[in-house]
Amino acid sequence: MSKMNLSVSPHIRSSRTTQNIMLDVIIALVPALIASVVLYGFRALLLTVISSGACVFFEYAYEKLLKRDITVSDLSAVVTGMLVAFNVPVSMPVWMLIVGDLAAIILAKQLFGGIGCNFMNPALVGRIVMMFSFTTAITTYTGSTGIVDAATTATPLADPAATGFVKLVLGMHGGVIGESCAAALLVGGIYLCIRKVIKPIIPLVYIGTTLLFTWLFGGAAPLESIFAGGLMLGAIYMATDYVTSPITDKGKVIFGVFLGLITSVIRVFGNYAEGVTFAIILGNILVPYINDLSETKPIGAIVPEKKKEA
Amino acid sequence: MKKTKWQIFTNGIFKENPVLILLLGCCSVLAISVTVKGALGMGVALTFVLVGSNVVISLLRKVIPDKVRIPCFIVVVATFVTLVEMVVEAYLPDLYNALGIFLALIVVNCIVLGRAEMFASKNGVLDSFLDGLGMGIGYTVVIVGIAVVRELLGAGTIYGIRIIPEGYQIGIIAQTPGGFMMFGLAMGLLIYCLGKKGKKFDPRIGCDGKCGNCSIGCENAIKDIVPDAKEDKEAAK
Repeated sequence: MSKMNLSVSPHIRSSRTTQNIMLDVIIALVPALIASVVLYGFRALLLTVISSGACVFFEYAYEKLLKRDITVSDLSAVVTGMLVAFNVPVSMPVWMLIVGDLAAIILAKQLFGGIGCNFMNPALVGRIVMMFSFTTAITTYTGSTGIVDAATTATPLADPAATGFVKLVLGMHGGVIGESCAAALLVGGIYLCIRKVIKPIIPLVYIGTTLLFTWLFGGAAPLESIFAGGLMLGAIYMATDYVTSPITDKGKVIFGVFLGLITSVIRVFGNYAEGVTFAIILGNILVPYINDLSETKPIGAIVPEKKKEA
Repeated sequence: MKKTKWQIFTNGIFKENPVLILLLGCCSVLAISVTVKGALGMGVALTFVLVGSNVVISLLRKVIPDKVRIPCFIVVVATFVTLVEMVVEAYLPDLYNALGIFLALIVVNCIVLGRAEMFASKNGVLDSFLDGLGMGIGYTVVIVGIAVVRELLGAGTIYGIRIIPEGYQIGIIAQTPGGFMMFGLAMGLLIYCLGKKGKKFDPRIGCDGKCGNCSIGCENAIKDIVPDAKEDKEAAK
């Protein structure tokens, strides 16, 4: 051993970058996008592209204006844009969608310091802003040209059993662009797990708890209801956001149970048909506390005695 | 450091803006800033009460016993609020209905009581008058500014005049969450604007080291409060 190389940690490096993680997420969202084009027509694709473009533009404009590093190339704005578009019905006017993008990128992400610093999921903030601002537009589901009937329908959450299990899984019902086809979302989720972009803990615990509590609370058709509404989209793509979910596995389980509980409480007892958005936003706020409480103790670690208060 | 009259006046508008820097009276700002008309009425009403109570409390500052000063302040403030309330109810019933409970709640508005405790009870009449006027204008500018944005984006109008055609409103701005958003953005904007080139604005500058004036709770707070309290006791003797 003639020469010893000394260097500071980290010693193990991985080729993973934000950019290729985000690229994986985009790939995982493609099946759902294809499904929604088939179901609702070409406008679904158009809205998704516009929304992604708007998000990238807002991120670029804000960072340029404040003379920060331009982080557009990490593709996270594209993912946010796609998710915002996936949260609106295909009949949504474009300007409303852009307001949602503005809220997501500027309000929820950039004002808090950009990627990695947002304390809530940007896409969900966009959805909440749109939900409170354009309540009618965002809950009017019409399948304009696709195979779904053009008639305006209520969300299948109102009566999941009536829509039927097969139709729910395949997404043949009225709904927002991204959430309808549960099968396509699951395919994307499995891809993300195989590529190790996400751990399956949060989605599994979340969906499982929702099923359990919906059944316990006596909600209508618990098994069908987990395929209806935004649960799949939220559980796989939004609750698993690195920045706004707990770090440890133990924390992830607590997080998942909390989300499932809130979702089913809102679905069964609340005024809103859908509780996924609020559940994830509430969960996001609790994440720092969950992280504190679920800290892993290294084996053999000695806990330093607490300093006496002066 | 003794402040000039002009500094006392502008203090309330920028450096120690009661709403955005001292964070007092936020409740009425969030609730009333939906329409410009209501905001303007609220601002004027509060300015009047603030100036009136500041002047009277400053006049009575040597008479009011230290131990019962808070009830004394409240009686003075309540007198002015009742006055304003009666006038508004008689001559501007629309505004009276729009402001609702918030008009009567000026009695317990932190800005009024805060200025009475921190400034008027320690300073001369003219200084207290200027302080009240500056603080009142600071409050009015903020609440009207927020209301212009909220009414424009939320209802498409400014002072009841339609500017954005119907159907293009962003409802959330007029609702409570929008109030919080605009409040936060306004706060950020003011602090950003007060910062000098390459230097962030330090909210402590405005306090002259007197923590009685301060709601920020900086790391110097406890250290500073003690000598300040001593001074007060000596002054009382």
